[in-house]
Amino acid sequence: MIAIIDYGMGNLRSVQKGFERMGHDALVTRDPKVISSASKVVLPGVGAFPDCMRNLEEYGLIEAVRNSISSGKPFLGICLGLQLLFTESEEFGISKGLDIIKGKVIRFQGPAFGALKVPHMGWNDVSIKRRPPALADVPEGSHFYFVHSFYVVPEDKGVIATTTDYGVEFVSSIWKDNIFAVQFHPEKSQDLGLSILKRFGNMKT
Amino acid sequence: MLTKRIIPCLDVKAGRVVKGVSFVNLIDAGDPVENAKFYDEQGADELTFLDITASHEQRGIILDVVRRTAEQVFMPLTVGGGIKNLDDIRSLLLAGADKVSINTTAVHDPEFIKAASRRFGSQCIVVAIDAKRVVAHDPDFKPPLTWADAPQYRHLFLDVGARHALPLRWEVYTHGGRKPMGIDAVKWAKMMEEYGAGEFMLTSMNQDGQKTGYDLELTSAVAEAVTVPVIASGGVGNLAHIYDGFTKGKADAALAASIFHFREYTIRQAKEYLKERGVAVRL
Repeated sequence: MIAIIDYGMGNLRSVQKGFERMGHDALVTRDPKVISSASKVVLPGVGAFPDCMRNLEEYGLIEAVRNSISSGKPFLGICLGLQLLFTESEEFGISKGLDIIKGKVIRFQGPAFGALKVPHMGWNDVSIKRRPPALADVPEGSHFYFVHSFYVVPEDKGVIATTTDYGVEFVSSIWKDNIFAVQFHPEKSQDLGLSILKRFGNMKT
Repeated sequence: MLTKRIIPCLDVKAGRVVKGVSFVNLIDAGDPVENAKFYDEQGADELTFLDITASHEQRGIILDVVRRTAEQVFMPLTVGGGIKNLDDIRSLLLAGADKVSINTTAVHDPEFIKAASRRFGSQCIVVAIDAKRVVAHDPDFKPPLTWADAPQYRHLFLDVGARHALPLRWEVYTHGGRKPMGIDAVKWAKMMEEYGAGEFMLTSMNQDGQKTGYDLELTSAVAEAVTVPVIASGGVGNLAHIYDGFTKGKADAALAASIFHFREYTIRQAKEYLKERGVAVRL
């Protein structure tokens, strides 16, 4: 069973329905016991970084996230669920993240963004640097749906799975051990997005 | 490269899809979930539901439509119409909407957009602007807004004594283009962006239903004034209109209803047309 961590941020129903469509049982939960007994864990999330961290703390879910990751079971982060894994974010001053992946979360900025809109919203393509199991059915250059104003900058470039070009070549997913985390929304990216959920659900634990 | 988005819009009344010509003469034409699946298969980039009678009918109906749609299609879904408070937004997001579009409530209470974007994130707050070219001189006009006299907002209003055609300006309307608000649409967009709007859905009430193309001057004026994405809406009659919306109008996304709804063109045809002319699209 796949546990989708519910900390009051975002449209979790789509993630759940996406797994179900692909034949995987998924449960939206904020119960640490359910999360700890799940075979796989998903950390979704949209909204502001500091609000997301605060909610995770308030619901007592920080340990549940850390334990899931240290247990070695497949872990999928989506959007804020990617960013929260990092050391800190620039969103509303400096906000501390989970610091599981070393690095920062910074805003799209610079001369290119006079013409480019922020948030980066819509379908953009990914360039695959390393191919985690969840990307098995995704051809190079596939489009996924993005909506975000901040992006992650890992210290260790070795964790990068895909990059995407938007004024700057930014990291659109990372893969480290049992963690796969994406900036885009597989649950909103039609068939190719669903293929990621399917492959993630198929992973051996 | 970020692609330009094609967004079919479904006007929904009492749980059924309709498409009007300038918001009158509505024809019943189908089930929203079936329509959504059809557009999903065609490769639409997003989908918008506009609940056009939300203020008169029960809100539960659209929630059910959203819930059933989100079980079937896996693409971004925006829902607008009749959103009055934060609970309405929350209900729609929980039902499966990714974004909500807000028009009347933003106009009557601009601070609402601050509260909504703070609570749910700018990415899901679309401010819908219905705008008309300023033509008529109307010396007795008073904006029907309680906040119109507040000094911090005075700059938004068109000078009543100068409500004439030149220079080209646009006025914000509510109630499907029936009620003028006295607000300059471009200034309004800038302020709404400051207040947390994550995107604009910009409808020309002159062009809506006319099938003669977007108001390109309006679209580019707003697109250049704000740094968040702008969805052009109102007036598409053929594929060249969409192309113009992206190139001359500088829109980030193109919304159209009847040309897709009545199967005049498929979304794929639209994208192929755009691609041939050098517009980045997702095929």
